[in-house]
Amino acid sequence: MAELIIPNRIYQPEFECMDRAERRALQLKRLKESIERASVLDFYKKKFKELGITADKINSLDDLRRLPITTKQDLRDYYPFGFFAVDRSKLVRIHASSGTTGKPTFVGYTKNDLDLWSTCCARFLVAGGLTPDQVTQIAFGYGLFTGGFGLHYGIEKVGAAIIPASSGNTQRQIMLLKDAKVDTVICTPSYALNIAEVIKAQGLKKGDLAWKFAHFGGEQWTEEMRLKIEDALGIYAFNNYGLSEIIGPGVSGECAARTGMHIQEDHFLVECLNPETLEPVAEGEEGELVITALSKEACPIIRYRTRDLSKLFWSEPCPCGRTTMRMSRVKGRTDDMMIIRGVNVFPSQVEEALMKVGGIAPHYLIELYRPGNLDQAVVKIEMLPETFSDKMDELQKLKNSIDREISAITGIHFDIQLVAPNSLERTGGKAKHVADYRGLKID
Amino acid sequence: MLIKQLSLFVENKPGSLYPICKVLKDNNISIRTLSLADTEQFGILRLLVKEWEKARDVLSEAGFIVKVTDVIALPVADRPGGLAELLEVVDKHNISVEYMYAFTFGHNQTAVMVFRFENPEETLKYFHAENIDAIEAFDLFK
Ligand SMILES: [Zn+2]
Repeated sequence: MAELIIPNRIYQPEFECMDRAERRALQLKRLKESIERASVLDFYKKKFKELGITADKINSLDDLRRLPITTKQDLRDYYPFGFFAVDRSKLVRIHASSGTTGKPTFVGYTKNDLDLWSTCCARFLVAGGLTPDQVTQIAFGYGLFTGGFGLHYGIEKVGAAIIPASSGNTQRQIMLLKDAKVDTVICTPSYALNIAEVIKAQGLKKGDLAWKFAHFGGEQWTEEMRLKIEDALGIYAFNNYGLSEIIGPGVSGECAARTGMHIQEDHFLVECLNPETLEPVAEGEEGELVITALSKEACPIIRYRTRDLSKLFWSEPCPCGRTTMRMSRVKGRTDDMMIIRGVNVFPSQVEEALMKVGGIAPHYLIELYRPGNLDQAVVKIEMLPETFSDKMDELQKLKNSIDREISAITGIHFDIQLVAPNSLERTGGKAKHVADYRGLKID
Repeated sequence: MLIKQLSLFVENKPGSLYPICKVLKDNNISIRTLSLADTEQFGILRLLVKEWEKARDVLSEAGFIVKVTDVIALPVADRPGGLAELLEVVDKHNISVEYMYAFTFGHNQTAVMVFRFENPEETLKYFHAENIDAIEAFDLFK
């Protein structure tokens, strides 16, 4: 059995350590309520009618399988507010997640939803060492992205102090870390590696900082990265998981045993399905996570296809005492979404930007590198005779407008490289659009 | 008279010029002069060849991006102020030079300055008015 690396603390033992049969009963009750709430939405109204589903016909959790699947495309089709089930007066917050093309998808929160969200974050934060006497630093961007605010309110719930440093400016981050004697940091794992490198370059030692815990999310990372970060900084790093379409961070997170992320099962029903057949896979087998939100009011989402590949475990009890199902770290995606510096980017967004610029070939290749510890994104675009100029400033202008369009749509600056026609590889007629050299593959 | 210049897109990486020269060699086309403008990542190769139409066709067929541009080739007098005389005309009419490059040719090693202007036809007239005559393609590729 895994050992606990830090003192075991549980924020809401009454739910996290609930008897399983009792929890299932609660889940069923909440699932019915969720179906009720979802029934006011055109999308679900239509689907439920087709499938003959009403809340009172759901008699066991197995009936979940009869419910319709919701995809990112469905959310886009009902842009902007087609998945909002409450009156505008009940909304207190709206976040957005990047879409596969220019338009994002919105997710709304009522007052109760925000409370639920921060409670879920508080649970994994406490499991990963957060106590009210600590000072924390949030190095996630505050904004449309759910990471910054989600963790912020979660930490407030626990009662620890927050330095809302937001993202970027590593020198200043380190100054704050050192001078404010920060105990816990919230950031992406790659940013933590970057901080570690700068700290080393500044000649600071592990003991010069009070820093003890880090909570990572927002991007894929590996166990090797965890070892590297913990060794370099002398801290304990914890993984958490969530996505904007469901709620943001808080769907699951690691405990002191670190044998997978405990899913907040009283609020989220998580299935692991074969992405081809959408049939459930066995315990410990890889599949795509499909999530139903049980308690959300503003956006009661049913069976959302996350596109995230993971594994679920429920048989082995966890030494921390929680009775919830655990999930492994996300291994990859069933679609082509990339996470670059913590931002979700789809190749189709880059394509859309290139179409806007016009005059360049639809042949492009995105290359991702991690020189140092930060992501570097390159996009190679084949030149076309129509846009080619014998004047250098014209080509520079072209490059600048490509950069502008791509960053307007994705929020990320790519290194724009113009390449010769037919120089990008085409395999079997189908162009390859992404080459990831960051070494994030997990087996 | 205007001279036809070929401009080619090249990537700034080892071995990117050779295939171009190879195509020209295989088609028995000799290069009068060339000039390369480059950035860290890509460049523009500018070529003057006698059989520009043939060169354009064979290079395009080989997959290169080729653009034909009118440039003006002016003789530069071999004395102090030779180039200044040319630029004086440019300055007088407030014309901007998009780019320029120099080379020498012929038995006498005549110095030539190649200019790219936005309106080459019009600019040519200004030089003519100052009794500066552009070098004809016939002479340049003799
Ligand atoms: Zn546990």
